[in-house]
Amino acid sequence: MVACNCGCDDELTKQLDKIIDPYRGNPGGLIQVLTKAQNLVGYLPKWVQIQIAEGLGVSLQEVFGVITFYAFFSLIPRGRHKISVCAGTACYVKGTKMVLKTLRELLDIKPGQTTPDSRFTLEQVRCIGACGLAPAMIIDGKDVHGRLEPEIIPGVLEQYA
Amino acid sequence: MINLTIDNQKVAVEAGTTILEAARKVGVKIPTLCYLKDLNVIGACRICMVEVQGARTFIPSCVAPVAEGMVVRTNTPAVIAARKLVLELILSDHPMECLTCLRNQNCELQDLAKEFGITEVRFDGAKTEYPIDDSSPSIIRDPRKCVLCRRCMSVCTNVQTVQALCAENRGFDTLIAPAFNEKLANMECVNCGQCSLVCPTGAIVERDDTAKVWAALADPKKHVVVQTAPATRVQLGEAVGAEPGSIFTGQMVAGLRRLGFDKVFDTDFTADLTILEEGNELLQRVTTGGTLPMITSCSPGWIKFCEHFYPDLLAHLSTCKSPQQMFGALAKTYYAKKAGIDPADIYCVSIMPCTAKKYECRRPEMNSSGYQDVDVVLTSRELGRMFIQAGLDTTNLPEEEYDEPLGISTGAGEIFGASGGVMEAALRTVYEVVTGQTLENIDFEVCRGLTGVKEATVQVGDLSVKVAITNGLGNARKVLDKIRAGEADYHFIEVMCCPGGCIGGGGSPIPTNTEIRLKRIDATYTEDERMVLRKSHENPAVTALYEEFLEKPLGHKSHELLHTHYTPRGVNK
Repeated sequence: MVACNCGCDDELTKQLDKIIDPYRGNPGGLIQVLTKAQNLVGYLPKWVQIQIAEGLGVSLQEVFGVITFYAFFSLIPRGRHKISVCAGTACYVKGTKMVLKTLRELLDIKPGQTTPDSRFTLEQVRCIGACGLAPAMIIDGKDVHGRLEPEIIPGVLEQYA
Repeated sequence: MINLTIDNQKVAVEAGTTILEAARKVGVKIPTLCYLKDLNVIGACRICMVEVQGARTFIPSCVAPVAEGMVVRTNTPAVIAARKLVLELILSDHPMECLTCLRNQNCELQDLAKEFGITEVRFDGAKTEYPIDDSSPSIIRDPRKCVLCRRCMSVCTNVQTVQALCAENRGFDTLIAPAFNEKLANMECVNCGQCSLVCPTGAIVERDDTAKVWAALADPKKHVVVQTAPATRVQLGEAVGAEPGSIFTGQMVAGLRRLGFDKVFDTDFTADLTILEEGNELLQRVTTGGTLPMITSCSPGWIKFCEHFYPDLLAHLSTCKSPQQMFGALAKTYYAKKAGIDPADIYCVSIMPCTAKKYECRRPEMNSSGYQDVDVVLTSRELGRMFIQAGLDTTNLPEEEYDEPLGISTGAGEIFGASGGVMEAALRTVYEVVTGQTLENIDFEVCRGLTGVKEATVQVGDLSVKVAITNGLGNARKVLDKIRAGEADYHFIEVMCCPGGCIGGGGSPIPTNTEIRLKRIDATYTEDERMVLRKSHENPAVTALYEEFLEKPLGHKSHELLHTHYTPRGVNK
């Protein structure tokens, strides 16, 4: 294989090809391939998108449009822990803005960004169904932290290394 | 048939018809913005909302099919108020730069604002701020003016199958742009400009090069010559307000002289020349076992498309330069010598129905005269603006003739502007050159019209010549895939990048739609019939050019000046 300078990794390239293989030439497999590719690489950098576009026979524009449409897909590396701040109606009324402001002060990132030490990725999500605990956030898709106040947020973050 | 009433009128239409189309059938006008018949039917803008009895909400009529017994009201006060609301919301994120916009007075959003009497916008929210992409020599993209109608995406993806644009992000943050907001000049955009034809606002426009031409005209040291593409004479009328289908040849020539051009020449002349070079190239390929099918190379959007998406098929392209570039190369050699003018002082302007020609003239190969062969390309729209700026009432100017010798042409050159025209012109000549007999009926009707892929077999002496003609790059793709699969036994293929051919090019007057394309095509063949000479090889100026300068088709000088080569480009590079 010819070495290239696009930032891709030979081993990852081979594994990505294995993901693409069942869908080669089949544009309908785009979402499945993107999901698996993100699980493999951690996010969807340009070289991954180009490999997928060429494998499925779609344009890079198609791939990029789908990725940026769905909040699930990420163009940037993800941190070890994902903080999902609820911005559903109840949480919004009870203080989503306060939660985001506090997190921003503590971590210096905005929703959609990752801390330079790759510890946290911050995102804003729609109602997580924990309205009784508003304002709430979920960490790593499973731990619900509710009735948040500026003072208790640092303690919550300390639980995640 | 489905029966319904629209504004108290009974209407019967076929099942599957939309409310909007049903309304148009009975003369009820429902305003639209994102809608483009057959091309972009997505209900994005909500301007076309109507009231349907029994429905919970207003219904976007462009996407809603009719139903039996439906009762539709298109203009109740509530509907009009809702449309105004939608318009105000769109305008609340629109830079109010109408006076300094290229599309001023030719803008669908502006028209709607006027029709609905919008005098204030009640919403003062966030405004999108994006940089202008002026990287392309052909097209300028200003996303701030975009209304997210997606017409450009639709034409680029579905008609041209280039797919240079996508919708990035969603909601208020949506941006219509290449992936990773890449610059148009650095990717697969073929510069065809079909996006600029369908854009309802000024978000995608041609690069305006009129200032360069005004400067050249003002420079006493410059000898400024102009060539006009075949399609321009059936477009310029529209550009200054005449009806679609107007033939404007003589008025355009007169107008160009009044602007101060030193010589007014015609690309039709080099279209005739192209037929001699390309026809002989075809015969040479057929007799010597060269690469077949041979494909025409007049259309620079098509060339770039082939370089990006079918680099493996570049050997099929005729090596002939386009008529525009043949003209440029001859203007600064043959004409310069003949007229006794230093080619360094010649400034060569093209009037084209095409945005891709702006790119073509800057290609590094296009300087075989020792200078950039064509200095600047103006679209039909830009020349229309120059006429208007100069205060010329071009419509009422007495018609004038082109200058000699590069202004002498035939009907065959003229029909280059319509899909099938290059093929028909080639057949007129190849038949007579090969058989030595006079062609009885020179009208090859089979070549004409808007059909995406046309095929024909023409008997030329002993040889059954099998040809295909495509317009619109999506249709070209169909034929190219057949070549790749080894299933194409054509000898000769004409590809025109834009739907309908150059008369529907990306530099055409706006609006350009199917109906208008057909009118321009009719005008093209009318003009052909009016010509005394209708076969390229009968053009006396072309004959003289060979006698005095080029010697023979495909000769040494021809190769130097009139032929070119191509660059494999690939995609995602």
